[in-house]
Amino acid sequence: MTDSTAVPDKGTDDQGILTGVEQLSPEKIERIINEVLSSETGAKLKVYVDTCVSCGLCSEGCHFYLSRDKDPKFSPAAKVKQTMWEIMRKKGKVSPEFIKKAAVVAYTQCNLCKRCAMYCPFGLDIAYVLSVMRRICHRLGVVPLYIQDTAHSHSVTGNQMWVKDDEWVDTLMWQEEEARDEVPNLRIPLDVEGADTFYSVIGPEPKFRAQLIYQAAMIMTAAGEDWTMPSTPGWDNSDMCMFTGDYEMMERLKKMHFEAATRLKAKRIVMGECGHAFRSVYDMGNRALGWKMPPIPIVHAIEYYHELFSQDKIKIKKKFDRPVTLHDPCNIVRGRGLHEMARSVVNSTCKTFIEMTPNREHNYCCGAGGGVINCGPPFKNARVESTKIKAEQLFAAKAKGAEVVIAPCHNCHGGLEDVIHHYGVDMELKFLGDIIYEIMEIPE
Amino acid sequence: MYDIYAIITGPLAWLSFAVFLGGSLYRFISLYQLARKKDGAVFQYMNLAYALRSIAHWLTPFGARNMRLNPVMTVVTFSFHIALFIAPLFVFAHVVLLEESFGIHWITLSDRVADILSMVVVFSCIFFFARRIMRPEVKYLTTWVDIVILIIVAAPFATGVWVFHQWAGFPTMTLVHILSGELMLAIIPFTKLFHMFLFPFTRGYIGSEFGGVRMAKDW
Repeated sequence: MTDSTAVPDKGTDDQGILTGVEQLSPEKIERIINEVLSSETGAKLKVYVDTCVSCGLCSEGCHFYLSRDKDPKFSPAAKVKQTMWEIMRKKGKVSPEFIKKAAVVAYTQCNLCKRCAMYCPFGLDIAYVLSVMRRICHRLGVVPLYIQDTAHSHSVTGNQMWVKDDEWVDTLMWQEEEARDEVPNLRIPLDVEGADTFYSVIGPEPKFRAQLIYQAAMIMTAAGEDWTMPSTPGWDNSDMCMFTGDYEMMERLKKMHFEAATRLKAKRIVMGECGHAFRSVYDMGNRALGWKMPPIPIVHAIEYYHELFSQDKIKIKKKFDRPVTLHDPCNIVRGRGLHEMARSVVNSTCKTFIEMTPNREHNYCCGAGGGVINCGPPFKNARVESTKIKAEQLFAAKAKGAEVVIAPCHNCHGGLEDVIHHYGVDMELKFLGDIIYEIMEIPE
Repeated sequence: MYDIYAIITGPLAWLSFAVFLGGSLYRFISLYQLARKKDGAVFQYMNLAYALRSIAHWLTPFGARNMRLNPVMTVVTFSFHIALFIAPLFVFAHVVLLEESFGIHWITLSDRVADILSMVVVFSCIFFFARRIMRPEVKYLTTWVDIVILIIVAAPFATGVWVFHQWAGFPTMTLVHILSGELMLAIIPFTKLFHMFLFPFTRGYIGSEFGGVRMAKDW
């Protein structure tokens, strides 16, 4: 009765996982697993694993399951069965081969989006259980190559993208210079002490999407914001270590980030349109450091934009006139309930707003989150195949007239870009900041 | 026959109550102690109002999106759980036993209602079984333990109906009825049936997380 008619397991060719597994012995596996289980987990994990009555009702919550033609192997509980159930049942006596498969499941077949927690009648947090599996894999040195590379970058440079300290400052000055063509006295104020707002971004912004920093500077200037960015490490709020299971590094990163803001005596941290970074700063990183809630108020871009429009701090020339739909990112909707604020900003900036369904807390994941897209090319095809349901959801919104998808999250952008391209959805993808910049009155 | 009856209604009955209560207490205390030691954060985030909000939504039929997506399962699950509790507690024959043994009694169900409720439990178990072997996503998760538990849960109700209608061999069935009821009670603390006690805590915790930290609904 435990067999399934799942797709044949083609195995993985990820070098990070394969090389890691080569160095494992059953003794090492057992020792590490029991170390993690006894020192880092407790009643929560035990209750989650013991309470599951294997009713399968979580399946409906998972976009992997729905996208993979309801293949039972991809239901949330099935992923636990292939990982932690087995490990706890055998008290860590599992083979290197088992770890190899478990790593693929934990790192690449779950976005940790927590949608299933809303579909499980018991509210079991399966994302947490799979995070424990990732933690074990990290401790065993079995991590997909590409995401491990970003984790290495985090530990060497303090940012995700191997951006050197001088390159960071240089990028900011470059964007400032560009923006001064439009607004001659615009500044990106570096290291200003006591500013109201400390603005932080993720590593990929200076690396690939520097125009977002330009846009943010423009919006801050138009709003008359008293703001600053740090010239030192701590500017990057992103955190792939949180997703590899490298919690020691996650703590160091969050400490750098919070301390960069406190050193400048900032009143609050405003962060760009990123979901996972928000999860790291607002949910996981602060907890790991012993803060029940973040030590400094954390304001996500959506909240910030909402503040701008509700307090009339920014003027628009005219509303964005192409019909838009909105993608609710897991980490700021199921993670922080920003869905109504996002809608309010969309309605303040766009003429026609078309809901995709399901939406708000029930929105389907982009397929990229939880570090899955960061596991890179070896898993890209599998990832995109697992977003069929997202493509269908986008097609339905398109059929209702939507031409532009707003996704206020970097990871979602990466994921949706692939969805749109692969399934031929043919919709344009934008950040809220893109739209605001496009329609706002540029300050003198 | 009467010797066996005396044993299973005497010492065995006490044993099953003792195992049920003692075992449940033991599991509660050990989980609580472990949580105190390793999951301090859980106590920090637990929030009574949000916990109750979540529990209320999930104890209301069709109160969560997933219940609306699975209407048949929702109807069966709710009727099953309600019948499972009401029938044994209020069936006339059980209350009479209590009255005779301890001199306490409470309201009873009419025989006809009790009969129907018991059949609801049995048919629900058949439904769950069918679901377990027919729905691929459930089949994939199902182990033989799940099936055995289903049988143990259905047994006291199936035999109860049998005995009530006095079908062939009902005196023996009475013994099976009592024995299977005792067995069901005794395994609760050590199997997934313990979910009856853990539900408020798991639901309450995720409700607290969603309500207090995530500021989102969890239904």
